[in-house]
Amino acid sequence: MNALLAIVRRDLLIALRRKSEVLTALFFFIIVVSLFPLGIGPDAKLLKKIAPGVIWVAALLSTMLSLNRLFATDHADGTLEQMTLSPTPLGLLVTGKIVAHWLTSGLPLVLLAPVLGIQFDLDLSALGVLAGALLLGTPLLSLIGAIGAALTLGVRGGGVLVSLLVLPLYVPALIFGAGAVEAHVSGLDPQGHLSLLAALLALAAFFAPWATTAALRVALE
Amino acid sequence: MHGFMLSVSGLSCVRGERRLFSDLSFELGAGEWLHVQGENGAGKTTLLRALVGLSAPAEGEIRWRGQPIRDLAEDYGRDMLYLGHYGAVKEELTPLENLRFSAELDGRTLDDAEAIAVLHRFGLKGREELPVRFLSAGQKRRVLLSRLATRQSPLWILDEPFTALDVKAVDMLSGMIGAHLAGGGMAILTSHQTMPLPGGRAIKL
Repeated sequence: MNALLAIVRRDLLIALRRKSEVLTALFFFIIVVSLFPLGIGPDAKLLKKIAPGVIWVAALLSTMLSLNRLFATDHADGTLEQMTLSPTPLGLLVTGKIVAHWLTSGLPLVLLAPVLGIQFDLDLSALGVLAGALLLGTPLLSLIGAIGAALTLGVRGGGVLVSLLVLPLYVPALIFGAGAVEAHVSGLDPQGHLSLLAALLALAAFFAPWATTAALRVALE
Repeated sequence: MHGFMLSVSGLSCVRGERRLFSDLSFELGAGEWLHVQGENGAGKTTLLRALVGLSAPAEGEIRWRGQPIRDLAEDYGRDMLYLGHYGAVKEELTPLENLRFSAELDGRTLDDAEAIAVLHRFGLKGREELPVRFLSAGQKRRVLLSRLATRQSPLWILDEPFTALDVKAVDMLSGMIGAHLAGGGMAILTSHQTMPLPGGRAIKL
């Protein structure tokens, strides 16, 4: 457990020293989301309708941008080898890396989305549902993304490949995440969507570290 | 100390289409060290990677204390320390943070005083708080090697440990390996230089 916390702490420290990588993905999210109201014009009704989809798609793409650095630098400098050989189970260390990835690329999206949602004329309660859905959905994106990042490790052109591999797997998160906000906006209960999102998260939290570990061992052979 | 033994029998490794070596057998007991020699591309690193369990050999078996290393998994990780070609040192972090982090990965916490003492021993005085990015190749190497002092593992597997080190550091490192062997430890290393260490056996790939 200590080793897991050590990994989280180390990755956060590295992210802090290499701010540009984290900030690039966040600014990408802010800009993509802000382009839509500018492009579509002040049609409040239309904006409100597309808001959940636009914000969620931007969140998926922004997560994709940060996936490459999840294992690539550790692979290049030999840290991943040492993690494999450490007395601590690799699955635990991988979980730590995924947690750190979510803290640097998922959690900021959860905090930013309600602010950006104002541009789409979403009311306060809809913004709350949006943040809640992202809070359940972004860890799911980090977990699934880790499998893709591990599978494409050391592959030439891995950046594009990881998008092709992971984006289709993000579809359920997108449907239920955006669906929750849409349901709320049209006066329905978002509970069902959120419960399904939470179920997906529980499933991924159990299987993704295991699958990622297996993929990393293959990449290191 | 008889229980602490590495035995390798009938080992072959294949890289791509090429068979690098075949039917390699040796045993290593307490206080012994092995010098792996060979030209560039002879398979020295491949042999070490097989010995630590990073890659599976094509044939043959590697046993640690009588048990195949595949079955030991994390227990083998506790008894063995591998330092490879790559630094495994984070450029953004300081030597102190790197050392403390690798200790935590090994399941122990290192207090500041102990870590600083080790770094001073490795000639990194005044550079404990400087990001590794600003250090020279030899100094980066010293940061990596400082891990030898913070971890008690009976078996050291070192890939080219003397690369990029100056004369003083080479002396210090061979002294450390000597002390490790005198204390009943074991070491396997690759090097192109003649080794400034007494005893030991050599195998040529």
